[in-house]
Amino acid sequence: MSARRPIPKWADVTLLPALNLALALVVSGLVVAMIGENPFEAIQVILYGAFGYGDGVGYTLYYATNFIFTGLAVAIAAHAGLFNIGAEGQAYIAGLGAIIVALWLDQTHWLITVPLAIVGAAAFGGFWAFVPGYLQAKRGSHVVITTIMFNFIAAALMIFLLNRVFKPPGVPSLESRIIAEGGRVPQLRQFWSYFGYSPVNLSVFLAIAALILVYVLVWHTKLGYALRVMGQNPTAARYAGMSNSRLIMIVMSISGALAGMVAINQVLGVNNRLVEDFVAGYGFVGIAVALMGRNHPIGIALAALLFGVLYQGGNELQFVMPNVTKEMIVVIQALVILFTGAMEGLFRPSLERTFMLFSPERKVEAVARNTPSTES
Amino acid sequence: MSHSTTSVSQRPASVAAEGWAIELEKINKRFGAVHANRDIDLKVKRGTIHGIVGENGAGKSTLMSILYGFYTADSGIIRVNGQQVDITDSRHALSLGIGMVHQHFMLVDNFSILENVVLGAEDSGLLAPSLSKARAELKRLASEYRLDVNPDAIVEDVSVGLQQRVEILKALYRGADILILDEPTGVLTPNEADDLFRVLETLRDQGKTVIIITHKLREIMAITDAVSVMRQGQIVATLETKDTNPEQLAELMVGRRVLLRVEKGPASPGKVLLEVKDLVVSDDFKVPRVKSVSFSVRAGEIVGIAGVAGNGQSELLEAIAGMRPPLLGTIAVNGQPVSFHGDNGASRLRAAGLAHVPEDRQRMGLVTGFEEWENAILGYQDDPTYGKGMFLDIDAARTQARERIEKFDVRPPNARLKTANFSGGNQQKIVLAREMERNPDVLIVGQPTRGVDIGAIEFIHNQIIKMRDAGKAILVVSVELDEIRSLADRILVMFDGVIVGEADPATATEGELGLMMAGIGATEAAQ
Repeated sequence: MSARRPIPKWADVTLLPALNLALALVVSGLVVAMIGENPFEAIQVILYGAFGYGDGVGYTLYYATNFIFTGLAVAIAAHAGLFNIGAEGQAYIAGLGAIIVALWLDQTHWLITVPLAIVGAAAFGGFWAFVPGYLQAKRGSHVVITTIMFNFIAAALMIFLLNRVFKPPGVPSLESRIIAEGGRVPQLRQFWSYFGYSPVNLSVFLAIAALILVYVLVWHTKLGYALRVMGQNPTAARYAGMSNSRLIMIVMSISGALAGMVAINQVLGVNNRLVEDFVAGYGFVGIAVALMGRNHPIGIALAALLFGVLYQGGNELQFVMPNVTKEMIVVIQALVILFTGAMEGLFRPSLERTFMLFSPERKVEAVARNTPSTES
Repeated sequence: MSHSTTSVSQRPASVAAEGWAIELEKINKRFGAVHANRDIDLKVKRGTIHGIVGENGAGKSTLMSILYGFYTADSGIIRVNGQQVDITDSRHALSLGIGMVHQHFMLVDNFSILENVVLGAEDSGLLAPSLSKARAELKRLASEYRLDVNPDAIVEDVSVGLQQRVEILKALYRGADILILDEPTGVLTPNEADDLFRVLETLRDQGKTVIIITHKLREIMAITDAVSVMRQGQIVATLETKDTNPEQLAELMVGRRVLLRVEKGPASPGKVLLEVKDLVVSDDFKVPRVKSVSFSVRAGEIVGIAGVAGNGQSELLEAIAGMRPPLLGTIAVNGQPVSFHGDNGASRLRAAGLAHVPEDRQRMGLVTGFEEWENAILGYQDDPTYGKGMFLDIDAARTQARERIEKFDVRPPNARLKTANFSGGNQQKIVLAREMERNPDVLIVGQPTRGVDIGAIEFIHNQIIKMRDAGKAILVVSVELDEIRSLADRILVMFDGVIVGEADPATATEGELGLMMAGIGATEAAQ
């Protein structure tokens, strides 16, 4: 019985997620086989659907864009020791900020509208996370509880507003008026016909910018330093003279603002109008993305891409294999979330043991154990 | 349990005459490149108290872990009561009659003492028979070894000293015949430590064997019969306690001559730099722990606050450091009163020229998951030295961290190493370097050498005195009375949230201070 030794960092960020993913795929394959389809064929279909042609790549990137935003939102809160489960609601409310700017300025140029819409979405999304942050900082209500509740409040509030404010008279469905060209985020297909009819738009660059921004913020600024101190040791933060309550409110606002960027991709990039429930679960998947990506921007980018593949490839699979229903796709996605997110520690102990067996120091130890014992 | 008693009664006569409870021969243990135990030969006589001293990292804990079956030795022979054994795990060790009391207690706080004793040693799925058996057994142990406890008291409600007693009872209940105690007095007050020593002596007189790991030489001298000194993985000497003295042991431990007594010149106090007036501070549960405390610290003097742990010293320190807003009273640094508004008071006190070395460096003074250089800026992260504006100048911080590592002899000298991987003494040096190098006017230090090696203790004490001689006002809070007496120029004794007396370390005896620490005033104590 030896003391536990952590596995090397490279294995923690690459090998462990890869193993989890492999296990998820094996179990998913069993599920596919159980309904009488060939799992290897299914994987082929998923990969082809996600990467095989321009439209597929476009869709994959479009989904990944949303996951990057929500994954970063969860990750930055996690660095500060806060569990933001409310990215869903924050992104939803951010739709308000985006649509208000877009409806107001859509007769101008997108270069004017979109930056302001980004600010609007960040402000609304940030506010929706600031309130739970305030409640934890000043009143001691835990953000896990309040952010969940705020998701419900957001859903109810948005339906009310869509009904009473944004729905033009005479339109039967719950949606705002369509935004004119000057309020839309340009589509990548406008520049590269390769992407076919896929909805991937310039928001994907906003996502890349957000990844870099979060990296710089967390590891290269004083604010990032302070939030990491608080996340790892709140008492040390108090000792260092940091205001934990102020930090909680700032971090939650940043987290909500990042989640709010989903609204730019969805409302201004795809739907061109505010529709009911446009967030469609991206906020919740963001938790799995952040977990799998180890709260690091590079990991989040990869995890977001993976979930993009699953979403897009899953749609394709449903189309090619009629036996695989929409619900089956959800099951497969859930399995991946289960194994990479919720059960991400499953392989850790055995991996630790394996590494101790193969590490050079361990070999020295083993040799030392065998040689002198012969003489004693 | 039955196993140990039979093995004792059936042991060969020759062994009984020799009377070795434990014999270790050429024990070796490596961790990678580190040779933690090197050809250890150790014999512990039955019915004695055997001390093992050595600095942190000398290999004491590894050796005891091997004996307790937590590690397996790479090579070597272990004999328990004369019989060669191969201890595979702690359950096996227990069946051989070896029990261990860890430095950090392994108790369930909200269980009763009785439940804790039974935990893991239940006879069957039903709890009631085990509990009543344990109750009878506890009664027997209490009378035999003078280990009285109230079996129905909840563990979290009883003092640390009693919790340790529960750990000892747990080991005895499981049939331990050889008791290993790892740094048993680290968490105890002087009185509790004396109680523990009495218990250990009773255990010895009843024929039990006790092995005590410590780095406190005073304890070794007070209660052990024999002592083994470890240095760098080896046992450098095993001596009869009556034939040795603290100076010799310290020299053996460190490998060079060590000054146990702090050498310092007389203080020359200047103007008041820290003034505390009518301070009332409550703890997290809104219970007042500091009840109207006033004192001042002048430039060029060290004021020591002595007292049994838990008499409000922690809360007092936290209030002065700006971490805990007081209910009433004022704190002035450099003549300027400090505001307590908000939850970032510590930053205002730092700005006023106060530096704080906290009592509990791992909980407060360090983020153990950070690299060394990241901790070297904790509390001063907003300083322009570490980057202008919002950005952190990582290169500047690392360069400075490397300089300080060299100056304070932090080992290993690696600013990129995770702080958790430094030893306690080196972690303390990281904190000291950070707080002292800011050149503050006032330095407050809680438990300066808790869990720190003798070699490092000397260094830390010298640094504190150097600060004093440079004209700084220094407040030291320590539960180690020896430390306060040797370091302080003035001693304030705290009891139940009040300063009950002031003493001059040159003239006050340990007895007088002890009485004051027990709440009897200075005037009464002098009589």
